Amino acid sequence: MKVSVDQTRCCGAGQCVLTVPEVFDQREEDGIVVLLDPEPAEEFHSTVREAAAVCPTSAITVHED
Amino acid sequence: MTTDEQVLNYPFPGETALEPPAEWERLREQCPVAHVRLPSGDQATLLTRYDDVKRVLADPRFTRQLTAPDAARLSAEGGGVFSGEMSQIIPDMGEGHLHWRRLVARWFTAKRMIALRPAMTEIADRLVDDMVAAGPPGDLRAALGFPLPVYVICDMLGVPAEDRDRFSHWSDALLNLTRYTKAETEASQVEFFQYMSEHVTAKRAEPGEDLLSELIAVGPPEDGGLSDLQIVVTGMGLLVAGHETTANMIGKMVAMLLGDRSRWERLLADPSLVRTTVEEALRLDANAGFGLPRYLHEEIEVSGTALPRGTTVICSMASANRDEGVFDAADEMDLGRSPNQHLAFGSGIHSCLGQALARTELQVVLEVLLRRLPTLELAVPQEELRRVEGLAVGGLSELPVRW
Repeated sequence: MKVSVDQTRCCGAGQCVLTVPEVFDQREEDGIVVLLDPEPAEEFHSTVREAAAVCPTSAITVHED
Repeated sequence: MTTDEQVLNYPFPGETALEPPAEWERLREQCPVAHVRLPSGDQATLLTRYDDVKRVLADPRFTRQLTAPDAARLSAEGGGVFSGEMSQIIPDMGEGHLHWRRLVARWFTAKRMIALRPAMTEIADRLVDDMVAAGPPGDLRAALGFPLPVYVICDMLGVPAEDRDRFSHWSDALLNLTRYTKAETEASQVEFFQYMSEHVTAKRAEPGEDLLSELIAVGPPEDGGLSDLQIVVTGMGLLVAGHETTANMIGKMVAMLLGDRSRWERLLADPSLVRTTVEEALRLDANAGFGLPRYLHEEIEVSGTALPRGTTVICSMASANRDEGVFDAADEMDLGRSPNQHLAFGSGIHSCLGQALARTELQVVLEVLLRRLPTLELAVPQEELRRVEGLAVGGLSELPVRW
């Protein structure tokens, strides 16, 4: 699985960070998404898919291998 | 419009406090773009399908400029959070909005909320102590639902929680549909504005470690900060948004879980369901309030219907959240539902700034109640629960419980 984020779309809702803090973070200064791990381990795949599905601005893209 | 020329009075009265009005399902199926008459008497267009609501909320052509001369008024008594003069002080679109949002969003990151968790848990435990000492029975709304979010947001803004009764009153007046007269809502706005202006002046003289002090510290607009007027209105907006909605949601969530006690039992057996349960309660909230209004500067088509320029659109997220086309068994409460892409916090760039805070507060309340009061139950039949009436936000007027 490969993950990418679009910081220009992000509205800083933080739901991805609440869902998978191992993969997503937010910038201290404005809450915009930071991708910690573009190729997350298998144990996080289902929650990463969930984070992408519920992102309010569709700023997360998941590419399945 | 599409199939239905009848004009319905909106909001729809619900049969009971926790069940959705029957109109939602019918409109989603037969008339997704419906004519409605608002409490002001003005007409608007109601959207009830998931795809329409989600798309419109994220589309900048559907503006938040409810002050336009031909925009529908929500309340006959004027003003309010959506259409009052104050709604225009914070830029509502483009770069200006983005700048404001990013300045404030740093206070609402998930990491900050996770850091606030122990303090929130402590407050919730203390409030449960007080409720237990005084009961049973107790009113969970007054004992826990309202005070917890008030304490948290007051702390973030550096305002004294002792003033919470005044905040509640001002906040109700700002969210007024039919409860207060025009004179009452105007007087409340003036008082609230005065209070927050004095508070910002005091913070400027003696800064603290709160959100407003830090907004002041960024400097004036020419240095990338906000004007004093914008800081005052930001403080008012956050105070209203930060307690009223979550406070009501705490009561509704607990009522939904106790209304069918097998849900409560399931959570007791598996507390790891708390996170998805909170999302499911948000999705199924049938008493969410008015929805979100938008105003159109140009003609746009929605679900095959052309909406003329000057249309005011009301997005019913609560109806959208029960759309069978998107959610399997949409009317069932599935505590483990995942993913749960509900629209309770809106969608797109204007989606709720405080959603991580609201989620964390709801999770903490649930964890604390499960741990402290496993025998919790409703003290009245579910049908006797009453809604808060006459405001743009929905809630229960009280939540009698015993344990």
